[in-house]
Amino acid sequence: MSAQLSVRDLSITLQNGVRILRNVSLEVGAGRVHGLVGESGAGKSMIGKAILGTLPHAMNVTGGQICFGDVDLMAMAPKARRTWIGANAALIPQDPLTALNPSKRIGPQITRRLVDILGWAKTNAKARALDLLAEVQITDPARVMRSYPHELSGGMRQRILIASAFAAEPKLIIADEPTTALDVTVQKQILKLIAQMQAEHGTALLFVTHDLGVVSKVCDTMSVLYAGKVLENAQMRRFFTHPIHPYSRALLAATPTYSNPTGSLAQVPQKVIDGVEQDIRHHDIRNHI
Amino acid sequence: MNLLRVIFLRLATTFLTLFGVAVIVFFVIRVVPGNPIAMMLPPGATEADVARLQAQYGFDKSIPEQFFIWLGGVLQGDFGTSISTRQPVSELVLGRLPATLELSVVALLMACLIGGTLALTGTRMRGTRTEGAIDVSTGVALSVPDFLWGLVLILLFGVLWPVFHISGRISPSLDIDFTTNFYMFEALLRLRFDVLADLVGHMFMPALALAIPLAAIIGQLLKQSLKETMHLDYVALARTKGYSERHVITREALPNAILPTLTLVGVQFTFLIGGTVIIERLFSYEGLGNMAIDAVINRDLPLIQGIVLLFALLFTVVNLVVDMLYVVLNPRLRHA
Repeated sequence: MSAQLSVRDLSITLQNGVRILRNVSLEVGAGRVHGLVGESGAGKSMIGKAILGTLPHAMNVTGGQICFGDVDLMAMAPKARRTWIGANAALIPQDPLTALNPSKRIGPQITRRLVDILGWAKTNAKARALDLLAEVQITDPARVMRSYPHELSGGMRQRILIASAFAAEPKLIIADEPTTALDVTVQKQILKLIAQMQAEHGTALLFVTHDLGVVSKVCDTMSVLYAGKVLENAQMRRFFTHPIHPYSRALLAATPTYSNPTGSLAQVPQKVIDGVEQDIRHHDIRNHI
Repeated sequence: MNLLRVIFLRLATTFLTLFGVAVIVFFVIRVVPGNPIAMMLPPGATEADVARLQAQYGFDKSIPEQFFIWLGGVLQGDFGTSISTRQPVSELVLGRLPATLELSVVALLMACLIGGTLALTGTRMRGTRTEGAIDVSTGVALSVPDFLWGLVLILLFGVLWPVFHISGRISPSLDIDFTTNFYMFEALLRLRFDVLADLVGHMFMPALALAIPLAAIIGQLLKQSLKETMHLDYVALARTKGYSERHVITREALPNAILPTLTLVGVQFTFLIGGTVIIERLFSYEGLGNMAIDAVINRDLPLIQGIVLLFALLFTVVNLVVDMLYVVLNPRLRHA
């Protein structure tokens, strides 16, 4: 299996010296789905941002490599890297309500970059957008293309953002908690849609989430992140049957189940947390792919 | 379309506003001390002379009576006769209006240009010393009033390095007959660039003095809302699409960030028009504001009333235009 994306020893540090990511390594195989799970604040989204080059001003990459196929992104000049990312990677953002520009119609928000960055003809870009909107099961794509974001529901907007992410046939898509902001019934449909689109287009997908249930449904491989550190890289099935890291085991044990609805919710024990924090201090890396 | 309703409602309220202004102006200037009749008569005039003039201008009637006579005239387009020049007020005021309009609009354009450039540069350079320098200079520009900027400019470009005219609107030596009083507009249409250059040379300093405080406000507010907008998800998403920082700022963030600034510019523009009164005086610019000061000095009551009413009309028109622009620029308001 060749890697579409490989991140090696990536470290990100805040300007005040606080470390956001510590020597993070992970791989996303071509056409595969890699889950990235972790608690809030573990640094999941920052990995995606570092790859796409949209880290906040206050954060700097202080070490490591991001390779996209054979291309070393860190070695590229900023402008070349930006257009390269624009052509080869895409983002499905977390909150569809804020990820579309409120003052622009939907159509141009999908087609403009195809014309501006990739040099498509306008008619081709428009035809492509109409096809994709139909593919993400939007009824009456022509009308939606003329709509403004505020005229559409959250679920529809997320479908549009998914269509837009696939528009340029990127090799890699980063989905940053794409279902978190949606209500539960819509979450399921969107999840199914992303999995379906990924399979049809053969795109590598880095799926950032805090929901192990979601990971088990869509991912091939996965990484567990805690406090900016990868604790475990694993095959998805192996992770759910044989988790290696104590934190992973505790995390799985804490998954709520329907079989015991009245029981109290399990937590990750403090002992495990202390162990992880100590491990991080000792730079104990466990890679198991 | 919502736009038509907005315009209609605004026109209706405009009439109410103007009526209120008319009432206030009429009564207030009659309470202020100073007698126009006394200004018109030579020393040693008899009681009979005073009575005759008072009757001629209607000052012998009660104030409410005078008001309704005047209001009746205004409704028919007759704003009375100026006491100091004995010309119809409407003719005087409309003759000067174009000069003030040109000055205000040029000042507004300058303010938008300077303020917009500062905001965009500051956003592009956020977190650097350039941004700090912009913050400091807008702070200074904002804390000094327009007439003081006028004096500073006169000192700089009129005295130390005399490149601009320090008084008047146009050089009297110029050979041109204007058919309208919109000199600048007309010079532009007739392609008389020599005249245009002369007009610009006269207008540059007063317009800049008016523009500096407004430019500072625009620069500060627009930069602030641009910086906030730059953190939003759709801006980050545009970056991942391969767009440059400049494109992201001007095409993605600006159309949304400009809305609060627009409202403020509307309000501030009316202050700018108010500011023309002193600035025109300072630069001996023959506009409405300069005329207003003369009218007050001469206790020329009909002229003061006419000028104030026209200023009030200008303010409401500016607000109407801003409201319409707001609806055009913000699609969320269109179907609301």
